[in-house]
Amino acid sequence: MSAENVYILGINMTKFGKHKELDTLDLACEATFAALEDGGVTMEDMGIIAAGNLMGGAGPIAQMIQKQAGQTGIPAYNVSNACATGATALRVACMSVKAGESDFGLAVGVEKLAGAGLLAGGSRAKDGEAWQRSGRYGAVAAVDGRIGTETMPGVFAQIGMEYGHRYGGANFELFAQISEKNHGHSTLNPLAAYTKKMTLEEIMGDLMIAYPNTRPMCSANCDGAAAAVVVSESKLKTLSLEQQRRAIKISASILTSDPFEEACQVLPDVNTLTRNAAKQAYEQAGVGPEDLDLVELHDCFATAELVHYDNLMLCEEGGAVDFFKSGAPFRDGSTPVNVSGGLQSKGHPIAATGIANIWEICHHLRGEAGPRQIEGAKVGLAHVIGLASACGVHILEKSSL
Amino acid sequence: MAEQIPFVEYLVLGDDPHLVAHECTACGARFFDRRNACASCSGTEFKQAKVATQGVVRSFTIVAFAAPGIDVPYVSAIIDCDGTSVRANVVNTPADPENVKLGMPVRLTTFPIGTDSEGVEAVNFGFEPAA
Repeated sequence: MSAENVYILGINMTKFGKHKELDTLDLACEATFAALEDGGVTMEDMGIIAAGNLMGGAGPIAQMIQKQAGQTGIPAYNVSNACATGATALRVACMSVKAGESDFGLAVGVEKLAGAGLLAGGSRAKDGEAWQRSGRYGAVAAVDGRIGTETMPGVFAQIGMEYGHRYGGANFELFAQISEKNHGHSTLNPLAAYTKKMTLEEIMGDLMIAYPNTRPMCSANCDGAAAAVVVSESKLKTLSLEQQRRAIKISASILTSDPFEEACQVLPDVNTLTRNAAKQAYEQAGVGPEDLDLVELHDCFATAELVHYDNLMLCEEGGAVDFFKSGAPFRDGSTPVNVSGGLQSKGHPIAATGIANIWEICHHLRGEAGPRQIEGAKVGLAHVIGLASACGVHILEKSSL
Repeated sequence: MAEQIPFVEYLVLGDDPHLVAHECTACGARFFDRRNACASCSGTEFKQAKVATQGVVRSFTIVAFAAPGIDVPYVSAIIDCDGTSVRANVVNTPADPENVKLGMPVRLTTFPIGTDSEGVEAVNFGFEPAA
């Protein structure tokens, strides 16, 4: 007997942006209740909860949600996988359903990040009075800024520039054009943190953060939550026809980490693990990149989006610049990418992102995306990457039940 | 002359300043940090390998916003030193895209970054244009 197919039964994302009046738990509960309602189920039905919150620091978020939404005694998993946290939570819920332990699972990601400044890596020790060696490099002061950069805009700038070095054609203007595309897309997404169209001149002339990424080319720190309810196929068949019609099949749910490559500990290699995840996902789902009606990929910076066209095999190897220039990733192109506006305009409340991008795909597959609907969308792919690194790829399909 | 110490343990000072990597004796993978084992093959034996002091810029960024105490803008780069990738700042050239190019040849250089309360000078490394 093969393992159970798993479906998204209910899913929701909150408005991304500043939520001064709501705390982390308010946002998590808002998304949770809305996802349960969307699926026509309650906390009582859930057999597992998996949740993530990276920056809140208040305690185990899954149990905190239960204490507001329903303490039913089910297993609670608190997950942490950088920017792939939401996708990891969803995958944990999926695995429980696939294993036959639960009929229904709940996954939640939430973050309060509005106003947060520059995000950097971990080796930023305080500069001391007398030199004292610390850390794995035996450094006498903070390494970040003195031996290259650990800031996220800088790291991802280098990831994009490296692609440019390898294949050519990627320059400041091209990266800014990618950002222009996503800001243009965001005007149709009422849940995005920023919905303002920006011209190429405005983007290139904005505050430089880490060349070639200017401020609008960086993901927006904001507040937000997303939640999803998953269900087994056999259980779904016992539910109402309306629930079956709106359910979205998870044709592939993949998580990878980065295999060793020369240089991967010097500059994070976001390419190999994404390519590995994509390959596995296409194989598991039995679809190819050419079958995708839309893609939400992890454009944490404009420089990152370019390399993932290639990593997700939306183009030939080395062909990402030509792919972009052909117009393919625009919403009226052959493979629309980030029609939500992407992280640069929709926003990036870290732990919520890996579920919010799946919400976007589901919205289109259900035909409920309103003015930004990709007409006739049947198959979509959602991708996230968290540095260190973890990559989540989900392929979603309209239900054929 | 003030006593000098290298900024990081993998920098060797003296007449011939260079970087030294922990090289896995089984598979040849190189690392700059203290190791528990090799990330490539899980081997636990390492030898010290001198890293080439000449290289080319494989990628770079010009950082305009950084932690307090770091002068901006500065150039962060990934240098291909004869097959070993090194992360470093590019120095002794203006930090702008007209002066820093992908594929640019560079060489290792060292410079003091400060003196502590006991008069000991810490010396860091960077790469400067070689052409």
